[in-house]
Formats: sequence, structure tokens, C-alpha cells
Amino acid sequence: MIGLVAHQARFDLLSFVRNRQARFFTLVLPILFLVIFVSVFGNDRIGPQHVKASTYYVPGLAALGVIAGSFVNLVISITAQREAGILKRRRSTPVPAWVLIAGRALVAIVVALAVMTVLLLIGRFAYGVRLPAETLPGVVLTAIVGAVTFCCLGYALSTAIRSADAAQPMVQAIMLPLYFISGVFIPNVSLPHWLQDVAKVFPVQHLAGGLRHAFDPATHGVGIVWSDLGVLGLWAAVGLVIALTRFVWTPVAATG
Amino acid sequence: MPDLRRAGDDELTPDAVISVRGLRKSYGDVEAVAGIDLKVSRGEIFAFLGPNGAGKTTTVEILEGFRTRSAGEVSVLGVDPARAGGAWRDRVGVVLQESQPETGLTVRECLRLYAGYYSAPRDISETIALVGLDGKAGDLTEQLSGGQRRRLDVALALIGDPELIFLDEPTTGFDPSARRNAWGVIAGLRELGKTVFLTTHYMDEAENLADRIAVIAKGRIVAEGTPETLGGRERMAALVRFTLPDGLGADGLPEALRGLVRSAANGRVTLESRRPLADVKTLAEWALERGLDLPDLDVRRPSLEDVYLELTEERA
Repeated sequence: MIGLVAHQARFDLLSFVRNRQARFFTLVLPILFLVIFVSVFGNDRIGPQHVKASTYYVPGLAALGVIAGSFVNLVISITAQREAGILKRRRSTPVPAWVLIAGRALVAIVVALAVMTVLLLIGRFAYGVRLPAETLPGVVLTAIVGAVTFCCLGYALSTAIRSADAAQPMVQAIMLPLYFISGVFIPNVSLPHWLQDVAKVFPVQHLAGGLRHAFDPATHGVGIVWSDLGVLGLWAAVGLVIALTRFVWTPVAATG
Repeated sequence: MPDLRRAGDDELTPDAVISVRGLRKSYGDVEAVAGIDLKVSRGEIFAFLGPNGAGKTTTVEILEGFRTRSAGEVSVLGVDPARAGGAWRDRVGVVLQESQPETGLTVRECLRLYAGYYSAPRDISETIALVGLDGKAGDLTEQLSGGQRRRLDVALALIGDPELIFLDEPTTGFDPSARRNAWGVIAGLRELGKTVFLTTHYMDEAENLADRIAVIAKGRIVAEGTPETLGGRERMAALVRFTLPDGLGADGLPEALRGLVRSAANGRVTLESRRPLADVKTLAEWALERGLDLPDLDVRRPSLEDVYLELTEERA
């Protein structure tokens, strides 16, 4: 059965890698954001920890990369596959449902980690951001928990989208404001307090915050912020419950 | 002590691959399927025919295990599809009415993916050849034409080497030559010994492919039989048509034929004949005596389409 998950993941990954739109939104766009933000703000010292702009932006945009690789990529592809009857046809075969879900989620997690790695390498070699050695467990664990959480949320959100065309705008409409208030694009200390409080409820802030803590030169130890992981875990549970109760395999637009 | 077990039909007729009794499906107040019985035997191509909205797809999706039913008994390969699991799906192939191919994969990769789902899949290259996609094995699915995609659908339904294959309107939207090609593929399934449950709203498709046909209209089976006997077709009168030269009317025909005239306008005569061979012989002798050739003489039994339209329009 584990072999079947790997089999499914292998073909889902192949399909992802060959999709130009998926490559743009999950890999090219986060790189563009990284280059633009670091270029504009240069090496100013910013943020609550008063670190170099690049040290601030690299972990924040790494969070965006994780979300792009898991959430954005997943919502768009499974909505399209459901509406095209691809999921329904797969379910007409003996393959168990959980294999299809696990295989696709595995791809999303692998892609998320790969996108994050690319962003970190660009940060290291183009902008001289120090890669944390001591806190590496914190970076990896936070990224994995984040990717799993956003996979669950991706499956949950897909149940609310009725057509493949609506998936991309819907995902961006949800994520862009969250990126802005969660300190991914701009340090959120410059936001009004109430907006900071709103951001604290949502998972983006906790993924970005967790990664940023691990990257902070002042951090010692393994760099894990358990409270951030806890909030991510809660969101994962909420997403999982919605997905388990509402996810369908057959097209919804056609049947109304 | 009396045997309290009821002998199911499957035990009495072990060849029944599909057996349906009193199947009903309601959506709110609307009864899409209003109590139907069906029986499909091993190795036969069974066509399930009906106009759009007659209950075809609802029925086939219940048989495929995608929809629940409101009432009735359903057995497919000896199992109730509503409770069937992976072991049952291992023996069934499905071509859905509307499904697009996997994206970003080649034809061969699609088949490799699906082959991995089954316990004893067929050979991939052989299956690609069977549906006539040999030259396209390395092409991405996005590069295939509509007809080629449909053949890929059939290949994906076959890759698990199923005993039973559902084909839901497999040629809708095809041009005539693509339909002929698809028919060749479906007829080939018979050679493999597969049982095929085909839904279609094309009469000629059913006539060309099916061993048996059932017609559904407004959720009920209105006729069932072979293409030759459906709706009493074999007992219906044949139509004999010809044109008489100017100045000669239908009342000049021999006595025996005059009573058969159904219409005669502008010299164009149509006879309704229950003994076409004898009546045409009478007509031929009469015409030859007068040196007439009747070059447009046409003898035709009611087409399956005529029968079908009559069956479905009565209920519409």
C-alpha cells in the first residue's frame, strides 16, 4: 500500500512538473517576490527583531513558498481534476481513496520543501543570508508542519469551489491579504494592533513567524516555536475535519 | 425442515452478470428511474437506449456504484454495487460519459498509472494497440484529438482486464469516421469475451454493436429485445416504394396490390406489405408486362430508428 502511494505520487509529481502554470505560481512567483522585496528594501534593518531586510524577508517568503507549493498548487489541481472527471474515473478503479489523497499530499509537501530550499539558497548566495545550522531542525519541522497544515486546508477549501476557473482567483483572494497582514510582505509591527490580532488567528502568521524565529541570528537552541506549531496543528485539524466531511470525488458544477 | 433461503436469480442463471429488479431512484418529487428490471448475460454487448433525461445515466451510475438507489435489488457480478469495494472494482471497467484525460502525462504513462491500481493488469503496449493508439503512446494527452481521448478512456477501462465494462455514451460528439473507429474497438471487446453495458442515444450504434437492447423512456423500460425484434420490429410491415410513369395511377396496379397502397401522390407509390417477397413478385410481373422498369424501387423494413422514435415518443 505504501508502494501504491509512491506510485501515485510519482505520476502526480510528473504531471505537476510538466504544468507551466503550476510551475509559475508555485516556484517562479515566490522567487520574483523574494527578488523584488529584497531589492527594494535592500539591507535596511527592519522588523521587530531589528535584523537585516534580507534576513527578515527570506524566511517570510520561504513561508509563502511552502504555502504556494502545498496549498495553492493543491487547491487548483484537485479542483480542476474533480471538475474534469479525473478523480471520478480514478475512483472507478480499485485504488483506495486514502492512497489518492496521500499521494497527492506527499507531492505537495515535497514541492513545498523544494520551493523553500530554492528560496533559501537564493537568499544565501544572492543576498548573503546566513543559513542557520543550529536551528535547522526548527526550519525543517516548521516547514513540514506548515505544508501538512496547508494541504489539509487545501482539501478543505476545494470543497467550497465549484469550478476550476474559480480556483486560482479564490486562492489568491484569500492568501494575498493574509500575506500582507502576517508579515510576509511587510513587517507587521507597522500595522494597527487590531489587524495584528486578526493575523494571529490565521496560520500564515504562525508559519512565517516560526520560520523567522529559526532564522533569527539571536535564536539559540533548535529554533522551534511550539506555540506556532500548535496553532498550525489546530488549523490542520479544522481543515481535515472539513475535508473528511465535505470532500467529493465527482464534478459538482455539472450536477448542481 | 424447509429451506428458508430464497434462491436468487444469480444462482438460477449463473451467466447473469447484471441483474436488476424493481430499481427506483427519486430526486425529491421527481422519479428519474421508476421501477426497472434488467438482466445482462456474460459475454454479451447490451445496449441501454433512451433519449436525454430518460434515466440512462442515473441507472448506469447506480450499477457502477457512484449513486445510491431509492429502492430495488441490484446485483453486478454477484455484488451489490452500493456496498462494493476494491475487490469488485478490480473486475469492472468504467468509461464515464464526461471525463478528460489525466493532464501532463503521455498515453503510456496514463496506462502505467492505472495499471498500478489493479491486481492483474493487462499488458500496456498490447492495450494501447487494441484501441489503435500505437502511434500516440508517447504523446501527451493534451495533444490527442477528441476521438483519441475517448480511445484512451477505453484503454484505461480495459487495463485492469475487467470482466464487465460500462461505456456511457462513448461516441457522443464524434464525427462519423471517429464513430466507426470506436465501434471497431467496442466490437473487439466481444472478441476478448468481455461483457459490455453500453448506453447510447444513437440507434445505429446499438444496431451495429448490441446483442440485446433495452429502451428506457421516462424512467421505465418500454421495450427489450434483439436489434431484429425490438418493439415487434420483425412482425411489422415492410414498405415498398416506387414511382409510376406519368399517366399511370395507383388504381392501375394489380388487384392484389391495390389494397396495400398507403400513399400515392405525383406517381410516387408506397405499399405496406406483410409478404414483401410475394408482393414484389406480383409488382415485377405486372411492370415487366408493360415494359416498365421502376428504377427507384425500394423495399425497406421499418428501421430500428423508426421503432425507437415510436417507442420513445409515445411516452414523451
